Amino acid sequence: MPKLPAPPLPKVLQPKPPRPGEENSNGDGHSPVAEAGITVVDWLDERTSLSGGLRWLLFRKVPRGVNWFYTLGSATLFAFLNQAVTGVFLAMFYRPDATGGAYESIRYITDDAFLGQFVRAMHKWGASVMIILIFLHLARVFFFGAYKYPRELSWVIGVVLLILTLAMGFTGYLLPFDQRSYWATIVGVNINGTGPLIGPYLSDFLRAGPEFGATTLSRFYAIHMLLIPGLMAALIGAHLYLVTKLGISAPPWLKTGPEPEIDRAEV
Amino acid sequence: MADRHAAGKSKYTADRNMPGAFEGETVTRRRFMEVAANGAGAVAAAAFTLPALGFALGPIFSREPFDWQAVGTPADFTETTYSTKVITIVQGIGEAGNTIAYVRQRDPAIDTEPEDQYNHWIALSSRCQHLGCPVRFVAAAARFICPCHGGVYDFRGLVAGGPPVKPLDRFYTRLNTTTGLVELGPRYSVNSELRRFSPRDPGEPVDGIGQYLYPSRFDTSQIPKN
Repeated sequence: MPKLPAPPLPKVLQPKPPRPGEENSNGDGHSPVAEAGITVVDWLDERTSLSGGLRWLLFRKVPRGVNWFYTLGSATLFAFLNQAVTGVFLAMFYRPDATGGAYESIRYITDDAFLGQFVRAMHKWGASVMIILIFLHLARVFFFGAYKYPRELSWVIGVVLLILTLAMGFTGYLLPFDQRSYWATIVGVNINGTGPLIGPYLSDFLRAGPEFGATTLSRFYAIHMLLIPGLMAALIGAHLYLVTKLGISAPPWLKTGPEPEIDRAEV
Repeated sequence: MADRHAAGKSKYTADRNMPGAFEGETVTRRRFMEVAANGAGAVAAAAFTLPALGFALGPIFSREPFDWQAVGTPADFTETTYSTKVITIVQGIGEAGNTIAYVRQRDPAIDTEPEDQYNHWIALSSRCQHLGCPVRFVAAAARFICPCHGGVYDFRGLVAGGPPVKPLDRFYTRLNTTTGLVELGPRYSVNSELRRFSPRDPGEPVDGIGQYLYPSRFDTSQIPKN
């Protein structure tokens, strides 16, 4: 069985060679438990070659001087994962029924279901956290100039993700179906309608008709939990691929290393 | 390659020295296979994409039906103030499908728009023409006030102040001669001279170029020609 190449671990984490005279039973310094784990990983890796991809993704070179501002993208990603996980479990209780079932199911989640209020609050406050984080991430990329060549496509995908995140906020706001969500959605759809020429038809598409109707709520629900999340997951994958492929940009204040010899040489 | 370029003038594969070429064959089997596989894939993708798209966009093009709804007898309405009536504009979704209409009798002294069979009673929609919040009639001021962004309309529903872009929408009204009741029909929009337009959403002006920038929609109710 082929042995995995050693990942570039720091010295303290690397396995120590056995002291003279205390040779391990299986000969290569691993306990039987570690040996079993290595066997499983080897079995998977022989069939998938995943280890190379994981090493490509996780053990990258980063420029000197990176700081906490560089974690905002990951923070946004974790906010998205929080929304996805809590949203899946909220969907187990939610009913998109405009005649009163939607409001009642939200009331049940909040008042009766075990941990329902907590999970709903995670989703509700997590939505605001994600909006804040995505704007901070955008500001970091903008002010550090990290959108420049060759990372323009990362920026474009990021802007699309921003728009989709805002659309998630808009469609999710209707789902509790109380007075605030109903009237906020009326106002929001009418703002869409003020776009010239296509605005009136866009409003009709969002409402599924000329008035807020029987299927408007389920339409918003489907957009909120199926259409946009799928798009966002795909685009986040592309975004992360580009981050890994291109590497992250150095902070703008970072000087390049010692001046190369050739620059100082007189011609 | 040199052979192929030299013989590339001919459209027959046999002339281009292709192995296994048939007499009179113009499309190579490889090319035919590419086109057939891609074409079959496109047909298969279209087979589920187009119906789904039509399904999602269908409501834009299907016209909503409407009913005349009785709101009271002619004696219930005066010329000097509005009665508040709850009518149903969307069936089957409970209170979310209701809306408020403010109804009064037409007063020839102030209602200067031409009279016809549909406006013996003036029925104003409570939908603010800024962004759609519900306005309320304040009798003491004889004004309609919107709680959201401060839109104000005068007694006839014309914009008196604030952000609204057109007067309050109206409903067609008629007297049902069999039952003797005043009935409300579909909604319509009006411009600042109270000319009728098919219903536009709030925020969409119908004065001047607005009537072209915000065109009529396919799915709004129409009053039957009679």
